[in-house]
Amino acid sequence: MKAAIVVFPGSNRDGDVARALRASGAAVETVWHAEAALPDGTDLAVLPGGFSYGDYLRCGAIAARAPAMDAVRRHAARGGLVLGICNGFQILCESGLLPGILMRNANLRFICHRQKVRVERADTAFTRGYADGQAIDICVAHGEGNYTTDPTTLARLEGDGRVAFRYCDADGAVTTDANRNGSMNAIAGIYSENRNVLGLMPHPENFVDPLVGGTDGRAMFDGLAQAA
Amino acid sequence: MRARIIVTLKNGVLDPQGKAIGGALASLGLDGVDGVRQGKVFDVDLATSDEGEARAVLGIACEKLLANTVIENYRIELEAGAAGGDASDAEMPAEGHP
Repeated sequence: MKAAIVVFPGSNRDGDVARALRASGAAVETVWHAEAALPDGTDLAVLPGGFSYGDYLRCGAIAARAPAMDAVRRHAARGGLVLGICNGFQILCESGLLPGILMRNANLRFICHRQKVRVERADTAFTRGYADGQAIDICVAHGEGNYTTDPTTLARLEGDGRVAFRYCDADGAVTTDANRNGSMNAIAGIYSENRNVLGLMPHPENFVDPLVGGTDGRAMFDGLAQAA
Repeated sequence: MRARIIVTLKNGVLDPQGKAIGGALASLGLDGVDGVRQGKVFDVDLATSDEGEARAVLGIACEKLLANTVIENYRIELEAGAAGGDASDAEMPAEGHP
């Protein structure tokens, strides 16, 4: 597994996701956003969390137009894996690789806490290390994570099984209280049509080491490392 | 030529910021404000003085970057003549500002 992490001005979680991928056995390279191509043999392109371009205009809007994103689009079109975490999810939505948009949290607050999310399906390259319906322990940290789209797209995402994760309580129940940012259908992450592109707001890279209090993120990177 | 681009949320898109601003206006004791929607304004200076050319450039700018057409509408207003601005549009003084 060869991963390429695309770094934008204002990305700040690239080091953490690199560490998580390496811990799972992946080879990792970083790619500056101005590059027009990904390294040869890239299996997985990663858009890390952070505040690309200071969240100017709209979160992820300017990063989505970077030269490296054309390379990521070509990679995705070839069936290559793409993972966008937090700001990376926002960039995927702005770039058109995933539908919808992440709006300001419904309570207008930056939320930063431990959160359970339910794994909606465990048969993808990203979730093979989990069980269907498993409530995993993860962290969220964002001001704009309120997933919003038009009713037709929402129905299509649901109908095609493209919801990856939903905010839930400790028992895996999807409740209004657990959905702290107000996302439609409590959506925490979605897939592209072929499920080779995943965008999610929570940070699996936070929880890969028992030293920091959780390891539920590890299975995603272990699964990805085995993907190629 | 100068243009103003106004980006607004589409009807039906929830606007928590506008709602909070509306609540703040109500807390000021202002009556008669039924709702607030927050948007964005871009003032753009263009090299061209041709209206058709300006609209073509700005249309691309809006579609590709300035507006997210999933949730936003945009409107382009061209200012005829030189970009002057009125007194309220005066620049901030370079000196003497705290």
